[in-house]
Parts: sequence; structure tokens; C-alpha cells
Amino acid sequence: MTTEQIIFLIVGAVTLLSALMVVTARDLVHAALWLVATLFGVAVVYTLLNAGFLAVVQVVVYIGAIAILFIFAVMLTRRQTSKDTGPAVNKNWWLGALLAALTFAGLFSLLQGWSGFSKTASAFPSGFDAVNELGLALVSPTGYVLPFEVASVLLVAALVGAVYLAFNKK
Amino acid sequence: MSFWNDPLKAAADWLTGVFVGWGMNEVAAHVLVVFLGVFVLIMILMVIDILLVWIERKVVARFQDRIGPNRLGPFGLIQPFADIIKLLIKEDTTPDGADKVVYNLAPMLSMMSVLILWAVVPLAPVMTGVDLNTGLLFIIAAGSIGTLSIIMGGWSSNNKFSVIGAFRQVAVMISFEVPMLAVMLIPTIFAGSMGVNAIIQSQDIWYVWLSPLAAVIFMIAAIAELGRAPFDLSEGESELVSGFNIEYSGMKFGMFYAGELLHAFTFGGFWGILFFGGYRFFGLENVSFIFAILILLVKAMIGYWIIMWVKYTMMRIRIDHMLAFNWKFLTPLAFALVIVTALMNALMQGAPAWLYVAGMFLSNIVVAWAALEIVRAAGRRERERVEGVKVVEAAHH
Repeated sequence: MTTEQIIFLIVGAVTLLSALMVVTARDLVHAALWLVATLFGVAVVYTLLNAGFLAVVQVVVYIGAIAILFIFAVMLTRRQTSKDTGPAVNKNWWLGALLAALTFAGLFSLLQGWSGFSKTASAFPSGFDAVNELGLALVSPTGYVLPFEVASVLLVAALVGAVYLAFNKK
Repeated sequence: MSFWNDPLKAAADWLTGVFVGWGMNEVAAHVLVVFLGVFVLIMILMVIDILLVWIERKVVARFQDRIGPNRLGPFGLIQPFADIIKLLIKEDTTPDGADKVVYNLAPMLSMMSVLILWAVVPLAPVMTGVDLNTGLLFIIAAGSIGTLSIIMGGWSSNNKFSVIGAFRQVAVMISFEVPMLAVMLIPTIFAGSMGVNAIIQSQDIWYVWLSPLAAVIFMIAAIAELGRAPFDLSEGESELVSGFNIEYSGMKFGMFYAGELLHAFTFGGFWGILFFGGYRFFGLENVSFIFAILILLVKAMIGYWIIMWVKYTMMRIRIDHMLAFNWKFLTPLAFALVIVTALMNALMQGAPAWLYVAGMFLSNIVVAWAALEIVRAAGRRERERVEGVKVVEAAHH
């Protein structure tokens, strides 16, 4: 086993454990903090995949913005009600577990047919700047300029909608 | 001779050789050496941090026409060590109903979010922790961990003042992240890279001459990010006692305090790196790595001194003023400046260096002037509106 594999296994285990804690934690703020740990684990996985840009963006967007807003929303609700005392699962839990297991098995068998499944990734050629390549791909007409712009328009629409909803009509 | 050219690599190679000689696995030896390097860097930073307490107190004393610590040791230099011993032996209290794990984790995360910044700081041309090609984004990402630590500390203390303080602090931090990130794009445009070392290497002309407005906006956003006056509404001694860290005692409070000072010093350093050439000073950095480190430290100190100067000169501003200043003035200004800089950069791609610098400088002046004119006109309209109402009221009486 290589060092990278060991690190991946540790990170994967921690990420999965925190993901489990997100749905089982009794305290909502604790659940949100476990979510932060999960998202951080995903960022580390990105780093292991040599996607440093995605890893940093993961931390900035998901931890720096989304998780913090999440915690804010939870904190603004009353503390007594944030602790859940009811049963942790309802009577359909076995159906959910079955569906999750089936999805995992399906994805696993699909991926096994893919040629890249058991290959190790080849190293970047020297002088390869992943951030530069990503930037060029996002703005080149042969790359992803259309999806990129459509996503920007969608975000602007969401922003305008939010401002409209919050705008205080005099 | 190789030590003087590339001290980190020479030292690491030598240490790895020693460890392998003791019969250690080569990979394990490498990991251990890197770990030791991080450990030494953190130790040096913490020692600097202790001295920063003394510097901060001396400087504030001068601003307030006092002498500052002067009893223990020459110039009161032993004072910070005495303070640390006091903090260490103080009773460690945990408030009733506090969330113990989160409460204890928050000061550590706060300190960590500052120390982790130094991973991307190049101390000398060849001395850098990691030369990330996303270095600037990394700084913002580390800041979001700092925000998280403040929320955790404020919430877990089970104290309404600390929660209000945390809310305010987080509101400041997530607002001022936006202009800071926008302004960081300007050195990125000039250097063509987000890597911190690449930005320093491409500063044959300090970026402050190309974009003085960006340097000013970065400094304002950095002060807000640090939660220092005039943006220290999270502390608000008169209303909130001390903000998110009320309940912390002893060294846990010390961690927040030391973290804040080191954060200020670090952002002074980043100001120097992004706009004043980092470790570069007329080729002196190539003479020896010692000069390079000294130059960086001096620049960081100057940035830190300016942060202190602002802190001890300005009054605290109200939260609605702060938010309006950020969202209605600083953020649009930062975005406008990025757009103008990107356009000018594209227009003057083939221009000679002097024309490029002059064009950039002038475009910055024009943007700053236009922004101030818009604000002035808005202020005058508002004043006329308010004074007009007064005139009508007077007529009724």
C-alpha cells in the first residue's frame, strides 16, 4: 500500500464517520459542525486527486459560506428546540438503507465496467498548470463557456430574486 | 555553499540523511523532516507572537502619550513573558451549560487558522512552505476557518453577549471577504498567477504603484477581517463586555488574543507581499536568504504598524454603518476596479513598461476620484433632503 492510499483510507473513513454523525447527532449545531468536517474531508480528497483549486474552492464556498449560513440559521432558532429528543429513525428506515445499498451496488458494478476503474492516474506533465487549464477551459468557445455563462446567469437571477424578496417596498 | 543558496533543502537533505543513517525508512524520514520544519516555523512564529504583545502595548502607549510596559527588564521586554506565565496559571473556567467540546475546540481553531496562513508565505526566494498555485484563495479559505472558530466560541459559551459578539464579528468577516477577494484578483491579473511566490517574483515594479487603490482597499478589508478598530464591533466593551470571548479565561483567552495579534502581523505581511514586493528589495534578497527574511519581516512590521495606527486613531463604527460602507461602497468599488484593471491590462498588453505603469496608476486615480464624487453627490442629496425636512418643520411651527 502506498502512502497516498493510506492517507485516502484515513480521510475516507473520517469523512464517512462525520457524514454519519451529521444525520445522527442530536444537537443541530453539532450536526452542522460535523457537516463542516465532512466537507473538509471532501476537500482533502480533492487535494489527493491533484485538484488543488477545487479543494480550496470547496473550503471557501462550502465551509466559508454555506456551512456558516447554515450554522447561523440554526443558532437564530431557539436553543431548547434545537436538541432533538424524538426517535432517530422512522419505520421506513430499512427501505432507505436498501435503496442506498442498491444505489451503491449499481454504481459499483457500472464503474467496474469502466476501463479507468483500476488504473492509477498518470502524473501531470511537468509545467502543467491545472488552474490555468481550468480557466482556459471555462472561457474557450470549444470548452465550457456556454455552461459557465448559463450558470452565471442562473446565479444572477437568484441574486435578483433574493433582492426582490428582501426589498422593502415603501 | 549549497546551504547558503537553498538552506531549507540543504537542511532537509542533511536531516533526512541522518534519519536514514539511523535505519529509518526513507519515506518516514521525509515525513518526519517536513513535520519538524513545520514545527520549527510554528515555534518561531509563536516567539514572534510573544514579542508582538510587547510591541502592540508599546505602540499603543506612544499613541496615547504613555510609556507602556517599562518595569520588567530593559524597556519592559520581560513583561509579555510574565503575562504568559500569568495566563498559564490562571484558573481555567468553563461556564455552566457550555458545550464543552466545541468550547475547547474554538481557541485552537482560531490559532490554527492564523498559523496555517504561513504555509503559503515565501520567506525568501527559495524558502517557502508550499508554492500553491491557488495561494490567494488559500488565504481566503483559512479566513473562513477563523470565522468558524468565532461562531463556535460565541455559541458554545452559552452567553448572550458572546453570541451577539460572534454574530457581529461573522457579519463583518463574511462581508469584507468579498472586497478582499475581488482586490486580490488585481495582483493576480498583473502577475498572471494566484501563487504567492509568482506574485512576488513578477513585482519588478511594486504593485502599489500599479494599483494604489487596490492596496488601500486590501488594507481596509484586512482590518475588518481582523476585527480591529474601527471594525471591532464584536468587542464593543461598553455594550458587549468583550464579545465572543467573554467566557474564556487563562490561556484559552490567550489563544484568541495571540491569534488576533499574529493575524494582524500576518496580514501586514500579506499587504507587503501583494503590493510591496514581499521579500524583494532592490536585489538585496539575492545576496542572502537572511536579508530576504529580514526584508519580509520589516515590511510585515510596517503593515502591522499601520493596522495599529488605524486601530488607535479611529473610533468604532456602528454595525449598520459598517455594512453600508462595505456593501454600498467598498464592494462595488472593488469590482469596478477589477473590471477597469482587467480592461486596461488587455488594452496595454504590448505597451512599454513606463506606459503600462502610468496607465494603471492613472486609471486607479480616476476610479478613486469617480467613487468619491459619487459618494459626495449622494451625501449632498441626503443632506439636502434632511435639511429640507427641517425647513418644512420650522415653517409649520
